[in-house]
Amino acid sequence: MEMAVDKTQFHVLAVDDSLIDRKLIERLLKTSSFQVTVVDSGSKALEFLGLNDDEHEQRDSNSDEDQDHQDLGVNLIITDYCMPGMTGYDLLKRIKKSSCFRDIPVVIMSSENIPSRINRCLEDGAEEFLLKPVQLSDVNKLRPHLMKARSNERLFDQH
Amino acid sequence: MDLVQLQRQLVEYRTSLYHEGFLDEQFTQLQELQDENNPDFVVEVVSLFFEDSERLLNELTKALEQQSIDFKRVDAHVHQLKGSSSSIGAQRVQKVCIAFRNYCEEQNVEGCLKCLQQVRHEYSLVKTKLESMFQLEQQILSAGGSIPM
Repeated sequence: MEMAVDKTQFHVLAVDDSLIDRKLIERLLKTSSFQVTVVDSGSKALEFLGLNDDEHEQRDSNSDEDQDHQDLGVNLIITDYCMPGMTGYDLLKRIKKSSCFRDIPVVIMSSENIPSRINRCLEDGAEEFLLKPVQLSDVNKLRPHLMKARSNERLFDQH
Repeated sequence: MDLVQLQRQLVEYRTSLYHEGFLDEQFTQLQELQDENNPDFVVEVVSLFFEDSERLLNELTKALEQQSIDFKRVDAHVHQLKGSSSSIGAQRVQKVCIAFRNYCEEQNVEGCLKCLQQVRHEYSLVKTKLESMFQLEQQILSAGGSIPM
């Protein structure tokens, strides 16, 4: 069966507590033809995804909520590291713990070039670590991760 | 002044801002994100920067006036200012913020106060210059011309 070229847009969820950086990342992503949702905190990101903050959630993997999660169609999460409350790293850990969302690629942005921080994020599942200010060339690096995730999705898709 | 002269003046002025370190490559990146569908992008982002910076400068002034200075709080504000100035390419403001953060780490009050004065000064300079540049751009657009890259 021939795989048709997928013309649907990729949907990126961007998280940053800085208003200026939110405006920038939104423009960068839209210029690169991504569909964008921007939120200003980790908790709002979780809320958008339909996850709660509770570390100890017990979700039945066959629950109705899962269907809704799939329909959101978030293909990548890009988050600032330094945020009040929930850091980008905390958000990363939370996403990776979720049975619904752990396969969504997560990218971390930071204005600080701290090798130990970068390594920790990458070791704990972040696909990329981008130094701010983020540029168009950085955003172009995201597409391969999205293509890979999409083809993995198809590979394991039972439907 | 005719259109060609205005355009030349703009290019010269903009070039000087880069030469004098007021703006860096990141500002160019912002301009490249502006197009016919988002014609005011640069002005919008820069306006946000002005609002945000003024808020942060007020917070910094208050924080450094306290009897017992909370350096973590001061540092948090400077970190924000450093981030936003970096995001728009306001290089000289960003540079002062770097020094400012070092003084915060050392809990050096004199150093912090000096940096606050410096950062206010640099902010005020870049604001004036960007506003002049935007004014020139408006004049060109009003004269029916286009902004040279």
